[in-house]
Amino acid sequence: MSEELVSVQIDGEWHQFPKGTRMIEACRQAGREVPHYCYHPKLSSPGNCRMCLVEMGMPPRPKPGEELPLDEAGHPPIQWMPRPVIACANTVAPNMGIRTDSPLTNACRQGVMELLLINHPLDCPICDQAGECSLQEFSVEHGRGESRFREQKVKKPKNVDIGPRVRLDDERCIMCSRCIRFTDEIADDPVLGFTDRGSHTVLTVHPGQQLANNYSLNTVDICPVGALTSNDFRFQMRVWFLKETNTIDTNCATGANIVVYSRENVIYRITPRQNNEVNSDWMPDSHRLNFHWINSELRLTAPLVRENGVFRECSWAESLQVAADRLRSYAGGDIAIIVSARLTNEELLMAKRLAALLGTDLIAAVPRTGEADNYLVSADRNPNMNGVKLILGLDDPVAKLGEIRSGLAGGTVRALIVLQENVIDDAGFTAEELGRADFVLSTYPLANPTADASDVVLPGACWAEKSGTMINVTGRLQRLKRAIDGPGLTLEPWELLRDLIQALGGGNGIYSADELFKQLTHDYPEFAGLTLSQVGDLGVPLIETGQTIPLIERERERKARGIIVG
Amino acid sequence: MADINYLPGKEPHAREHRMIFRNVDRAGWDTSIATYLKEGGYEQLKAALKMEPKAVTEEVKKAGVRGRGGAGFPAGLKWTFIPPNNTKPVYLICNADESEPGTFKDRYIIHQDPHQLIEGMAIACFAVGAKLAYIYIREEFPEGAKILEKAIAEAREKGFLGKNIQGTGFDLEIYVHRGAGAYICGEETGLIESLEGKRPYPRIKPPYFPAAMGLYLCPTIVNNVETLCHVKHIIQMGGDEYAKLGTPNNTGTRILCVSGDVQKPGYFEVQVGKVTMGELIHDMCGGLKPGRKLKAVIPGGSSAKVLRGGEVFKIKRGDAMVDVSLEDIPMDFDTLAACGSMAGSGGVIVIDDSRSISWVLNNLNAFYAHESCGQCTPCREGSLWMKKITDRLVAGQGAPGDIDTLDSVARQIDGRTICAFGEACSWPTEAFVAKFRDELVADTNPGTADAIVNRETLLAAANLAQ
Ligand SMILES: Cc1cc2nc3c(=O)[nH]c(=O)nc-3n(C[C@H](O)[C@H](O)[C@H](O)COP(=O)(O)O)c2cc1C
Ligand code: SF4
Ligand code: SF4
Ligand code: SF4
Ligand code: FES
Repeated sequence: MSEELVSVQIDGEWHQFPKGTRMIEACRQAGREVPHYCYHPKLSSPGNCRMCLVEMGMPPRPKPGEELPLDEAGHPPIQWMPRPVIACANTVAPNMGIRTDSPLTNACRQGVMELLLINHPLDCPICDQAGECSLQEFSVEHGRGESRFREQKVKKPKNVDIGPRVRLDDERCIMCSRCIRFTDEIADDPVLGFTDRGSHTVLTVHPGQQLANNYSLNTVDICPVGALTSNDFRFQMRVWFLKETNTIDTNCATGANIVVYSRENVIYRITPRQNNEVNSDWMPDSHRLNFHWINSELRLTAPLVRENGVFRECSWAESLQVAADRLRSYAGGDIAIIVSARLTNEELLMAKRLAALLGTDLIAAVPRTGEADNYLVSADRNPNMNGVKLILGLDDPVAKLGEIRSGLAGGTVRALIVLQENVIDDAGFTAEELGRADFVLSTYPLANPTADASDVVLPGACWAEKSGTMINVTGRLQRLKRAIDGPGLTLEPWELLRDLIQALGGGNGIYSADELFKQLTHDYPEFAGLTLSQVGDLGVPLIETGQTIPLIERERERKARGIIVG
Repeated sequence: MADINYLPGKEPHAREHRMIFRNVDRAGWDTSIATYLKEGGYEQLKAALKMEPKAVTEEVKKAGVRGRGGAGFPAGLKWTFIPPNNTKPVYLICNADESEPGTFKDRYIIHQDPHQLIEGMAIACFAVGAKLAYIYIREEFPEGAKILEKAIAEAREKGFLGKNIQGTGFDLEIYVHRGAGAYICGEETGLIESLEGKRPYPRIKPPYFPAAMGLYLCPTIVNNVETLCHVKHIIQMGGDEYAKLGTPNNTGTRILCVSGDVQKPGYFEVQVGKVTMGELIHDMCGGLKPGRKLKAVIPGGSSAKVLRGGEVFKIKRGDAMVDVSLEDIPMDFDTLAACGSMAGSGGVIVIDDSRSISWVLNNLNAFYAHESCGQCTPCREGSLWMKKITDRLVAGQGAPGDIDTLDSVARQIDGRTICAFGEACSWPTEAFVAKFRDELVADTNPGTADAIVNRETLLAAANLAQ
């Protein structure tokens, strides 16, 4: 079905847009961004900030029997309306004219900016939003530069505790209602609202309620000003000092697209990044805040080799030599490998090569499950179980875990390699069970009981310190990108696997994760023809899983009904 | 028609044409259905029920009755805006929020003649196909709400409401809903939000035109109390006959509420356009207070733009432009609009030369700053700013440039807001500045506080002047 197109003149140039396009989106597509505060494509449009007012016109209605004179290109003349209209909630109409840069439009913007600022506290020097504040940005572009306001500003509550993770400064609130609409329309937890009237209006939580749902921090992201701030990030760092890395969340199979903000190899915050196929503009708080352990003192920072019952730090070369020497002493059938479904496809490919080199096919993955939340959190809390299945060619990678356990008990598994897992805490293994093996090699970012029970312990980078690809719950291939360097001698898992394979005499000439990706495109028809730049920041559909992401499905439905732009 | 006696001292003025207010202040009249039925009550409903709904609307269109709530929109035309292929329920809402300062008419209908309203509503519901109607009444009328509840119960008992009304198969329930004390609940989409149980934040139009997407996003007709009462009389007289009342395009009667500096303030039901401003003030209201001069008139509720005493307006009459003095303005929709103001809700506020304009404007600004719902930026911030500027004027702390700032703030609101409150709160400032600039500017001189808020003015304002 071809969509009906309408001609619209924007700042003198004619364009075509599908019928029903919001004026603000049409302007954006025409490269004439319209400033706005309350409008958010994923939320309903109350039209309350009035920042998006534009001058609008339509062809005059011809008198009976009269025809409008058309210009050379066949466009009718436009009669401009004296009243501006909001671009956010109105849709384009055939032969509509829009002026985003006329005296009327500019006067409207200047007026709204002035009015937004008269009672605003201008806390910028101590406000977390500074540097990414729409109020700051638009006042540079559309503000007056000086204040005509001689009156006392309205005083409102500051530093209000509205929930465990979000803090409110009512003086900074511009009453755009984005946060209210988010909690109501997306999070189904309508705890926020306005109280009082007029300029004394304040945002508040309803009596006896808290903004405590697992999506509460999204309100901080969409708040165009510094009214809502994250307790976690408050006063930690000026945003302009932070490096941004586009990557994905690895706390569950959804693989929410995120931005990691870091400085000097320390992560300060994580925010969701828009991907309408995966997480829209949102992410759960539990995932967003699960990064502080990355800088913890429990990080493994150097390879460890056990000698006479005690660990000794050593170089990579030495530790890998020890590991290779020990592993070479077993027949393939004596060796088992436990991989993590937090490994990237590239790392899994290396694990597969290691298994082949060692001659074992006893390879399993640790499951991680919880309850799906009917929004974004998947029941599968591993980010890449689909990758494990595809790359290792296993239908049920978890089932083999039982085989390994009975192998340990029965003495048939004599050497165990644990890649980026802590099988004691996370897979129900006991130290005693591991002790039955003759040799245990484990890699992990943190010191942990499995490491304690190992003979060689290697510091493997965590998700934020490595690059590669993963396959999410819907079968989408997405890129994980290294945001920071791992501490000490930490290596990305694919690197340490490469070096281990080399130490075992199985060199393969692969030196970068990108080369590994190329290898995937050779080895797996699903990957055939793909390049990393095609996968890009937003990923590509790779395999059919029949699974959907509930929140995304609901947004699609709202979009179809015209409630949101999407 | 039987001779009607009114309570002593409450007799209508000879120039009045009592139709809607026929029973207001009437001796021996009460709010019971028995009394109402004695005088042909509900006969027009019975007559309407024998007509085609479309034919009822047609009569209302022919009558040309324009909304008495403020905007003056033709009622019959509004009713035809319900989408023709509509499959959703249709609602009718009677706007009984009457909160525009200077307006006090709907309350008398409610308190003294509730069945007239219910009959008008029932006819309107039949015409537009509504089976459910609400009377949204401002919270300051608790007694009125009780009277309406009782009247509805009586009408139900007599088979004028409820199921299968008068055996015609037409069902209708009317519910009374009380507001919680906010002017903005009178704005029809704010009212609808409030009725839905939410904050009365007016909706953007488009897309939320009530006739298409109103209560619960279903087609909804919102009409003022007085407008709905007229419907009964239109059925009684026939649309064409009704249209002979008043003047062309300004048909019927309307109730003018006069307050302020006149000898005899009060309500007067007149044929629209058949009485001039001068006749209203000098004749019907007994003139100004002794020794006073007319300084200004706000002709249609506090939001209407003020007209200056002695002002002469150029308006079109036929094909010619003629000069009309303030006192010669016929009190109708079109002429007041041509004079740059509006007939609005019929609230005529008379201001004499004892009043300081800064004080008057500050009073209005205080109201609007207090009542702005706060949803949209220009009105939320601008209304309080304007109030604070005039606060300073009144306190003798004006500063040079204040009046220009005041005017420019008003113009940053006007035409740029979600609802017509934006105009309601900015027009007073715009008009007062346009017409009394010199006086306002004079008041920006520090130290003029005493001249603005003097003892006499304050006493007069409280109606305590000796
Ligand atoms: C700020 C504001 C307040 C209003 N207050 C009232 C009111 O108290 N009563 C009323 O009937 N209409 C009021 N109106 C007008 C209503 O929005 C609506 O136009 C009217 O009820 C329609 O009825 P009508 O066509 O019969 O006049 C108000 C409008 C605005 C913008
Ligand atoms: S919200 Fe923006 S303008 Fe306001 S204090 Fe914070 S950074 Fe400054
Ligand atoms: S807190 Fe932020 S998002 Fe919420 S209404 Fe205020 S400005 Fe908008
Ligand atoms: S114009 Fe005023 S009253 Fe109307 S929606 Fe905006 S803030 Fe509320
Ligand atoms: S973006 Fe706020 S009114 Fe359009």
